[in-house]
Amino acid sequence: MKLLLGIGGSDDSIRALERSVERAAETDDDLTVAILQNPATEVDPAEIETRVQAVLDEVGVEAAVQHLDGDPGSRLVDLAEREGYDRIVLGGGETSPMGKIKLGSIAEFVLLNSHVSVTLVR
Amino acid sequence: MTDDGAYPDDPAGPFPEPPTTVEDRNDRPITVRRYDETLDRDALEAMYAAFDPADRAQGIPPTGDERIADWLDTITGSETVNVVATHDDAVVGHATLVPDGEATAELAIFVLQDYQGAGIGTHLLETLLGAGQAAGFERVWLSVERWNEPAIALYEKVGFVPSDTESFEHEMAIRLAE
Repeated sequence: MKLLLGIGGSDDSIRALERSVERAAETDDDLTVAILQNPATEVDPAEIETRVQAVLDEVGVEAAVQHLDGDPGSRLVDLAEREGYDRIVLGGGETSPMGKIKLGSIAEFVLLNSHVSVTLVR
Repeated sequence: MTDDGAYPDDPAGPFPEPPTTVEDRNDRPITVRRYDETLDRDALEAMYAAFDPADRAQGIPPTGDERIADWLDTITGSETVNVVATHDDAVVGHATLVPDGEATAELAIFVLQDYQGAGIGTHLLETLLGAGQAAGFERVWLSVERWNEPAIALYEKVGFVPSDTESFEHEMAIRLAE
């Protein structure tokens, strides 16, 4: 399966990265990591790339890594549809002090607009 | 949500401090009092074990005994404020404030299905806010699914105002003190 993981640096996106890479090691999924500019996090994209490489190296998985500039949700959906991905993978939301799950704006956009199936990682 | 500008300028209230007792619309005597870990923990777990999963929102209450216990440990921990609504010996409602930054708390409230629509939510909410004021909380926020109009109407009735209506969930805020 050809997977496109979107990561913008939030905690849930880091968890989605770790889980997807571990899964790719077991399943031979063809994984691409797209580094997004998430307005909610302000994490430096170069820092995210370092993190991505570290996880890939640790698990021993190879994946293409690319940076998407501009609006994160629409760029991710566009890439997935244009290049024939089977699935988009995203973090499944942040948890409030109360334990309530709150979906991020990128996940919300992708869920509502993507024609490619979407997996949210919990 | 710690941005002070998202809260109303003027404090709401005054709110009653627990314990309070009212008769609900079905003539049942309902007492709202402070949660006592030793006395109430089992009854509170029983309430969530009986809770209709169709009334869950944004992942809470969780399902399964172990997840419920973990979640209750968190939301009844130090610095939190919890009140329970009781009918005879049963806990039939629960409301909680969980700290989220300086003098700020996130609120949630749950009423068991057989006790909904009887005015218990208002009573529980007002008494929780009274306990929150007494504990020194100045700002309280919550999120609610935006299609849940009865809940939004209840929150507005006690003084919450919308603070973020852009996202999937509707966020509301109230000020308890300057």
